Amino acid sequence: MSAVRSTPPKAPELDIRKTYKLYIDGKFVRTESGRTYQVAGGRVNAPRGSRKDVRNAVAAARKAFDGWSGRTAYNRGQVIYRIAEMLDARRGEFVSLLGKGPAAEREVDQAVDSLVWYAGWCDKLHAVAGTVNPVAGPYFNFTFPEPTGVVGLIAPEEPALLGLVRHLAPALCGGNVIVALVSESQPLAGLVFGEALATSDVPAGVVNLVSGSHSELLAILAGHMDVNAIDVAACNDSEVKQVQLLAEANVKRIVRSDGTHSLEAITSLMEMKTVWHPIGH
Amino acid sequence: MAVNTPPRLGFEYAPAPEATDHFQLAGVYKLFLDGEFVAPASEQHLATINPATEETLAEVSVANEADVDRAVKAARKAFATWSKLPGSTRARYLFRISRIIQERARELAIVESMDGGKPIKESRDVDIPIAAAHFHYYAGWADKLEWAFPNRKASPIGVAGQIIPWNFPLLMLAWKIAPALACGNTVVLKPARTTPLTALLFAQICQQAELPPGVVNIVTGISSTGAAMVAHPDIDKIAFTGSTDVGKYIMRTTAGTRKRLTLELGGKSANIVFDDAPLDQAVEGIINGIFFNQGHVCCAGSRLLVQESIAAPFLDKLRARMARLRVGNPLDKNTDIGAINSADQLQTIKEYVESGITEGAEIFQPPCELPKRGFWFPPTVFSNVSQSHRIAREEIFGPVLSTLTFRTPEEAVAKANNTPYGLAAGIWTDKGSQILWMAQHLNAGVVWANTYNRFDPTSPFGGYKESGFGREGGWHGLHPYLELH
Repeated sequence: MSAVRSTPPKAPELDIRKTYKLYIDGKFVRTESGRTYQVAGGRVNAPRGSRKDVRNAVAAARKAFDGWSGRTAYNRGQVIYRIAEMLDARRGEFVSLLGKGPAAEREVDQAVDSLVWYAGWCDKLHAVAGTVNPVAGPYFNFTFPEPTGVVGLIAPEEPALLGLVRHLAPALCGGNVIVALVSESQPLAGLVFGEALATSDVPAGVVNLVSGSHSELLAILAGHMDVNAIDVAACNDSEVKQVQLLAEANVKRIVRSDGTHSLEAITSLMEMKTVWHPIGH
Repeated sequence: MAVNTPPRLGFEYAPAPEATDHFQLAGVYKLFLDGEFVAPASEQHLATINPATEETLAEVSVANEADVDRAVKAARKAFATWSKLPGSTRARYLFRISRIIQERARELAIVESMDGGKPIKESRDVDIPIAAAHFHYYAGWADKLEWAFPNRKASPIGVAGQIIPWNFPLLMLAWKIAPALACGNTVVLKPARTTPLTALLFAQICQQAELPPGVVNIVTGISSTGAAMVAHPDIDKIAFTGSTDVGKYIMRTTAGTRKRLTLELGGKSANIVFDDAPLDQAVEGIINGIFFNQGHVCCAGSRLLVQESIAAPFLDKLRARMARLRVGNPLDKNTDIGAINSADQLQTIKEYVESGITEGAEIFQPPCELPKRGFWFPPTVFSNVSQSHRIAREEIFGPVLSTLTFRTPEEAVAKANNTPYGLAAGIWTDKGSQILWMAQHLNAGVVWANTYNRFDPTSPFGGYKESGFGREGGWHGLHPYLELH
């Protein structure tokens, strides 16, 4: 009596929900703390990242730094462009996470635009922000930007996707590696952005995404001795002060970019290196 | 292993001291506020001494909170007009200042050497000419900011509080004041406690140049003077050169304010010698790297990393060269190493050298007769140093070199970068591709290849990591003093 079925039996009218996870070292992981908090009107449990998650993320980022900063600028530009492609390809999911409608569509468009804009800067910023210096002596002397290292990014609460992307893209463009705290109240778009990253040839550890309580995790990031810079764009004044107080331990660079597209958004997370060599024969 | 002591030279140079009778220091210096020399509200003074003789050169004022406040008010008032002047007018004032520094160069050099202890050949040939060059360089930028930042509008930040160290007093003043003024800011500058005199001569130069009152204010004093500047609510920016500890204090103290910061802090820079380097040239570079200005240099090449295969012959050459360094009267034109800047600093150096011996490193100091009065320390090199030794990790700020060895370029990079600092590095090799590979991998703001301790106003200077942030010099040196819109 075995009839071969060409289609599975009709499923009950229940959607398949996604389990949202942190994105650390190229893997989608549950928080080691086992904690979650409810978002999206209580329908969804988001991971509530812990001190250990942040520390794991920093360790993964540091491990990825030499590889990512050692890529050619051309290659970095292609990878960032690829993120734009993957984001655009997943447009439907992001639009729905961002509440559907024209505003959500526009936010995804702008996030894609931001990635494309910074992708194109990778192999040009040295020509604009670097210099050859005519020193008064027989020396060849030049200055060029290098990435600062591990960048901590506090993403704004909203726009949940664009706010993350337009701060993340310039840091990536310069060759930095990133540990980002995604929007606390609307973490899903930020966490799902990890799926675009994971399919974009971004090496594991280059971008790490952690959701959870900003007030809990901010101090861990700001006080971490292996974080070189913090972008506090999304912090209020008292949070900025908290970061500044902790940042002195290893002289962290503190950046307050406003998210507008600019060369300084890239170079503020870079160090200028000057090299001298005698001229002679 | 016993260290061979090179023989002493068989001839002596006749003394060749600079004359000091062509200028006169004042007995007491007031503060320079709003274009005038005025007595400090604190009514306090301190003596600045010649570290080579321990004789008092002059009394200078100690600015307290009220004095700093007067200086800031003068700077704020002057900012309204100075920032609105055409860039070309600001440029002319800076060109004038540069010229006057050149005209008074010898006087400035001698006072610098008397007040700070550095050899006259350094103050005469490095500090003062480069200070003049800095004003000349940034003068030219003042009316070209729209060319420096195309498509952007650049505006000055406001009142800059500038705190400078005692190792290059006038030069650090120039690094701070020239770009600030070129960009349209006004300044309150505090020279170091032990080296205030050339800043006070600079105040006279501002008067000679007829710089508008309040554009430059000089507050001499002590650490509480600097603290009053850091805490002052109407200072928009702090530019500091000095120790990493004080830099961190400034970061903490300015937390929660809108003050902008640039910090140029300490270092423990590696000077790396490969086996294919021109060794005699490298020895000169190592000597210059650590003994220039008695090693009181933030970017001093205080860690010598020498490739293992040449370590022994290289150290022999280095020791032989050290035995020919002349330690003594800073005003003598033949002096290579002058006086240690202060009794405190001498004590610090002695403690570090003691720790090096205690921790098991091997010390070499050439036989040299040190003057009886004043603060002196002989050139010193340690070998058999391990990375965990304090003398390999901490900034000594004296004529003390710590030697480590390496086998491969990767090991050299790993050791060079094994420090919280990141100010400078030196590379000595004949192989071009190796220079560029090393330069790429060293975490340092300045990399000197086959040279060391070169400075130029067109060349940006500043550190990675705990050596601070922001750049001074060059096009990049404009950024800390501008807001871009």
